[in-house]
Amino acid sequence: MVNRVVLDVREVRKSFGEKVVHKGVSFQVHEREILALFGGSGTGKSVILRSIIGLEKPDSGEILFEGHDLTKMTEDELKQVRLKIGYVFQNGALFDSLTVEENLSYPLEAHTKLSPSEILTKVNAMLELIDMKGSNDLLPAELSGGMQKRAGLARAIIMEPKIILFDEPTAGLDPTNTKRLIQNINRLKTLGITGIFVTHDIPSAFEIADRVAILSEGRIPIIDTVENIRKSNDPLVQSFISEAMAQEKMSRIRHAK
Amino acid sequence: MIQSEATAPREATFLTVLSRRLGKRVFDALRFAGGFGLLSIQVFRELFKGPFYFYLTVEQLLSLGVRSVLLVAVTGLATGSVMALQFGYGLQKFGGTLYVPKIVALSILREMGPVFTSLLLAGRIGSGIASEVASMNVTQQIDAIRALGTSPIKRIVIPRLVASLIALPILTLFADFIGIFGAMMIAKHELNINTEFFIAKALEAITFPDLWSGMLKTMVFAYFISITACWKGFNTDKGTVGVGNTTTWVVVTSSIFIMISDFFLTKLFILGVYRN
Repeated sequence: MVNRVVLDVREVRKSFGEKVVHKGVSFQVHEREILALFGGSGTGKSVILRSIIGLEKPDSGEILFEGHDLTKMTEDELKQVRLKIGYVFQNGALFDSLTVEENLSYPLEAHTKLSPSEILTKVNAMLELIDMKGSNDLLPAELSGGMQKRAGLARAIIMEPKIILFDEPTAGLDPTNTKRLIQNINRLKTLGITGIFVTHDIPSAFEIADRVAILSEGRIPIIDTVENIRKSNDPLVQSFISEAMAQEKMSRIRHAK
Repeated sequence: MIQSEATAPREATFLTVLSRRLGKRVFDALRFAGGFGLLSIQVFRELFKGPFYFYLTVEQLLSLGVRSVLLVAVTGLATGSVMALQFGYGLQKFGGTLYVPKIVALSILREMGPVFTSLLLAGRIGSGIASEVASMNVTQQIDAIRALGTSPIKRIVIPRLVASLIALPILTLFADFIGIFGAMMIAKHELNINTEFFIAKALEAITFPDLWSGMLKTMVFAYFISITACWKGFNTDKGTVGVGNTTTWVVVTSSIFIMISDFFLTKLFILGVYRN
């Protein structure tokens, strides 16, 4: 049985000056599903995520989240919606003047009436979930790249959003840290999260996604389950799959070393 | 004939490049004016709406204000001392040394204190705000503030603006005091003007409007410096190179604004505020 649609992106078009990035992007994300979004560099994968959370305004099209069109909303209205959407930035985007604990407390302090002790309990639980127990007082500069991303993930999910947008979370990570991050996301998946996973890292995406969408030339020509994508003979899919195989092979070699 | 044909395209290219560059400058200036105006509107819209982050303003006051005290003190002392020396020896030729306290006190209160302090702080505060906001921008921290359902205007712009509006007049007052003190010391040791006479003549010359007009000037400058720095920081791209360029641009633009607007503000005060 297919779960209800949480997010419905319809014919989204976006240009930056003369550069047309999206020529009509459409896809849906269902409840408790992780959709992986593949595409080459500069195809506008991150722009889709930024449009969903309202950091970019599409030129036309609709982005329906729980039935409401996000593209028509004012900044004040978007602030409320953003509480239900978690965004995991490529480099974590942790506030560098705040400690890990303060970074994770930030949305709770801003939007809830929880007491400081309740906030601390929640922050500690979240740090345990991402294998960063005890790193409360560290500043982002004192964290490794992988830890920064995991802390960014924790901050994005601490408000228990209805959908999580992952913007290339494994980019720039070594295989060990990639594996750890994917384990964390898989752990969240067992808790029933819904998400969009934008990535170049096809092996990781295959590991956690339920469906795959391929963004090419401003549109999404292919969207299917991971199984069907693996078996597909479509040349576009094949080119991505072969890249995946090459990456998996490289990854195995790196792990063997 | 051959020569003129050869130079024609070169001139055309030169003119094209010139007009393109001029056009870009005009476009950039208009973009800045529009951005400054829009950011100001956003600030006023959010200034009186909760939540209020008082602790962030206090943090900024410490960072922008308290840490500038020594810099302002040294500059104020040097300015007052140099002015006393220059006016003292300059007026000596005409027997006007005794006018030094009045001239120096008025000049410091009306012009030197506010303008020098603001110029210094355009460098210190302007560059500090610009580089911090620009770094936050290129590392997506500004996006993160928005993505977490909070407002960068409230968390970044307003605390820095309010802190600048409070810190600059207070620092100017401090610079005025130190500057006049420096002038008094020089007057005593170099010009043989005793301290009691200096104080009496200085107090005779200055009025309350001289003091508040100087402070009002610094508030105008503080507003411009902080909004400009935040706007430019929000609009920084090209990574770390962009951060460096932003900082330089903010300091130069703020300094030019201070000098130009000082003329108009002074003219305004001469017409309606100053007694003499």
